[in-house]
Amino acid sequence: MLKLGIKDLVKYPFLAEAGEYLRETGLGLEQLGEPDWKPILEKAYGRIVVASSGQIYSPDMERLDNDSEILSFIVAIILLKSASTGTLTRRFSLAEARRAEKYLQQDLWVQKDKKNLELPLKIIQELFGIRVSVENDEFVIKIPDYLRRSVHFHEKEWKLVNRRVADGLVYLTAHETVRLIRTELGEYINSKIQSISIGSIPESFRQRVQDLILLAKRFSDTTIVSSDYPPCIKHAIGVLERGENLPHSGRFLLATYLLARGQTVDQIAPLFKNAPDYNERVTKYQLEHISGSSGKGTKYQCPSCDKLRSENLCFATPDCDGIINPVQFGKKRKN
Amino acid sequence: MLEKNAILVEGAFKEYYFNRFDFIHVPVKANEREFGYQKINSGMIRHLAMKNDKELHLLLMKEIPSDVYCSNAYYSFPNLPMSEKDWKGADLIFDIDAKDLALPCRKDHTVYKCTSCNDTITGHQSECSKCGSTKFETISVSCNNCISESKKEVSKLIEILTSDLAIKREEIEVYFSGNEGFHVRITSGAYETLGSQERADLVDYIMFNGTVPETFGIKKQDASKVSLPTTDEGGWRGRIARNLFASKAKTLKITKQITSEGYSSFQLKLEEIKRTMGVRVDPKVTMDIHRIFRLEGSINSKSGLAKIQCDDLDSFDPFSQACLLGHDEVQIVANCPLPIKLKNKKYGPYYSEPVSLPKYAAVYMLCKGLGNVV
Repeated sequence: MLKLGIKDLVKYPFLAEAGEYLRETGLGLEQLGEPDWKPILEKAYGRIVVASSGQIYSPDMERLDNDSEILSFIVAIILLKSASTGTLTRRFSLAEARRAEKYLQQDLWVQKDKKNLELPLKIIQELFGIRVSVENDEFVIKIPDYLRRSVHFHEKEWKLVNRRVADGLVYLTAHETVRLIRTELGEYINSKIQSISIGSIPESFRQRVQDLILLAKRFSDTTIVSSDYPPCIKHAIGVLERGENLPHSGRFLLATYLLARGQTVDQIAPLFKNAPDYNERVTKYQLEHISGSSGKGTKYQCPSCDKLRSENLCFATPDCDGIINPVQFGKKRKN
Repeated sequence: MLEKNAILVEGAFKEYYFNRFDFIHVPVKANEREFGYQKINSGMIRHLAMKNDKELHLLLMKEIPSDVYCSNAYYSFPNLPMSEKDWKGADLIFDIDAKDLALPCRKDHTVYKCTSCNDTITGHQSECSKCGSTKFETISVSCNNCISESKKEVSKLIEILTSDLAIKREEIEVYFSGNEGFHVRITSGAYETLGSQERADLVDYIMFNGTVPETFGIKKQDASKVSLPTTDEGGWRGRIARNLFASKAKTLKITKQITSEGYSSFQLKLEEIKRTMGVRVDPKVTMDIHRIFRLEGSINSKSGLAKIQCDDLDSFDPFSQACLLGHDEVQIVANCPLPIKLKNKKYGPYYSEPVSLPKYAAVYMLCKGLGNVV
C-alpha cells in the first residue's frame, strides 16, 4: 500500500486509499444525504456535468478544500452508479483519467523531489503492473510492457523501431510514459465504478440522479427509426439470393454490416450459401476473421458510403438521408 | 508423390524414427502444446496432445508422418478446437528462409520442372522444349551460399536479440529448418505472453521496418538542425551511428553532408540500411501465435533432411550434419540436372538415368521431385 497524503488523494481519488479515507472520517452515505452536505452533492454533480461535456474538471489545487474534493468524487460515483448510465460513466472515467494523467505527468516532472517521483511511479506499477525506473532525465520501461500499450497507437513515432531502445528497455519522456497508460487509467476507473455496489441512496440524491438520467439521454444521440436494411445491403442480399456472384468487396460489406448490427457468424454464414463458389468452411473462417474472433483479432468496420460508391456498390435512395456509413441507415440524430 | 516413391520415402523415415528415438523429444511444456502431423499425399492432422516422448514415439511409429509439427503456443486444452484451447502464451519464434533473401545464386541452383511432362531443365525458359507447356515448377536444390547468407541473417538476429531485447544467448535456440533456412526459438519468458500485434511491431523492429528520419534526429521542418545519434548509444540509433560514422575522423564531414542532403535523402538512406542491416525474417511466422512449427528432430519432407539444433552455427553444415537417413544403396531413376552435395559427396547431374544411390541421396531427390523409384 502507498503512504498517501490528502493532497495525493485529491489528485488520485480513484485509489483504494480514498475509500480508506472515507472510513476514517466516519461518514456514512446517510449523513452525506443531510442538507449540510448539499455542497458536496452539487460539486459531485458538477464534476459529472463537466466530464460529460468532454472537459476536464480542474480546480485550483492551492485553494480548494481537500475533503470536499475527495468526497465529491465518491458521491459522483454513487450518483453515476444509481443513474446506471454507461455513457456518462465512460465519459466521467475518461475525463478523470485525463485529469489524473495531468497530475501524474506533473509529479513525474518534479524529479528533484524524490518523494514526488515515488508516488506516480508506484501508482503506475501497482495499478498497471508496469515497472518504471528513471535513468538520467528519462523514464525507462521494459519492451514487452511498452509493446502491450504502444500497439494501440497508430502514429509512427510509437513504433518500437522509432523509440530509443537498449538492453530490453524503452526510453520515454514523462508525457509519453503517462500517455501510454491513459486508456488503461480510464478503464481502471470505469471498472472500479462498475464493480462497486451500493444499497439505497439518500432521498436528497434522487433529483440529481434523475437529472443525470436526462443528461445521458442527450448523449445517446441516435434512435432507431427503421429496422430496414439500407439499399446497398438489400442489393447485396438480392445478388446472393439470385445465386449470382457478389464481388469480394460486396461480401465484405455484407459481413461487416451485419456484424455491426449484432448478428453472429452463424447467423450470417447461411446468406452466402447461394454463392457460386460457396464453401462452408472457408465462409466461416473468413467471417470469423472479419469479426475479429480469429486471426489478429482485428474487428473490421463496415466500409464508408464513399468507398462503396467507388466500388459501384452504392444504390442510395432518399432514405439514406446524408449518412456516411451504411450502419447509420435508419438511425436519426435527435438534435 | 507417386505411390512407389512414397513407399521408399516412408520406409526411410520409419527407419530414421525407429533408430533415432534418442534424437526426437517433445519440447518443454509438452502437455500444454498442440501437435500436428502430415502423411505423404494427405492433409494436416492437428489439435493433438502429447504428454511425453513415449507418446510422440508411438505416433511416429504408427503413422510414419512426412512432417511433424508442434505449437509454439501453450494452451490449457491443446487438443480442443482453436477457440476453446485457452491460449496461455507462446515462444517467440523466427523463420529465416534462403528463398526470401533474393540471392543472386538462386538461379544457379534452381531446377525448372515442366508440370505436364515432368521434364527438368536448368535456367528459365518460356516453354517446355519437349511438350510446349508454359507451366513450370521451380525446385531449389542444396546451395552452400544460401546457407551461409542465411547464417548471416541468424547472426544479425542474435545480435539484436541479445543487445537490444536483452535476451540471453543461452535463451536463444537456433535450428536448421530441414530445407534451406533456420528457425530461431526464444526460451525466455519475458516475451511469451505478447499477442500477435505486439509481435508484429517487434518483428518490424528487427527488420528495421517503418522507421522515420525523426528517430535519428532529422526533422522535416527544420532540416538544418540535425542531432544525429552517437556511436555509443544502444539499439538501432547506435547501430546506425556506427554505420554512418565508421570512420571517426569523418564524423563532422558526414554530419554536414547529411544536413545538406536533407530529410528525403535520409529517408532513402534508411531504406538502404533496412535492406542491408535489417534482419530478413518471415514476419508472418513471428506474428502467428497459434502456429504449429516443425518439431525439432523430425524430418522435413521437402528434402529428407532433419530439423536439428545448431550448436556451432559457423561450422554447421546442414548437408552433412542434418542428413541423417540410412546409407544403404537404392535404385532410382534420377532426373536432377544439377549436382547436389550431401555428406561431402557429389551426386549428379543426372538426366533421367537409373542410378544406385545411398538412401539419403535418393530420398532427397524423391522429396524434391527430381527422381522416381525404378
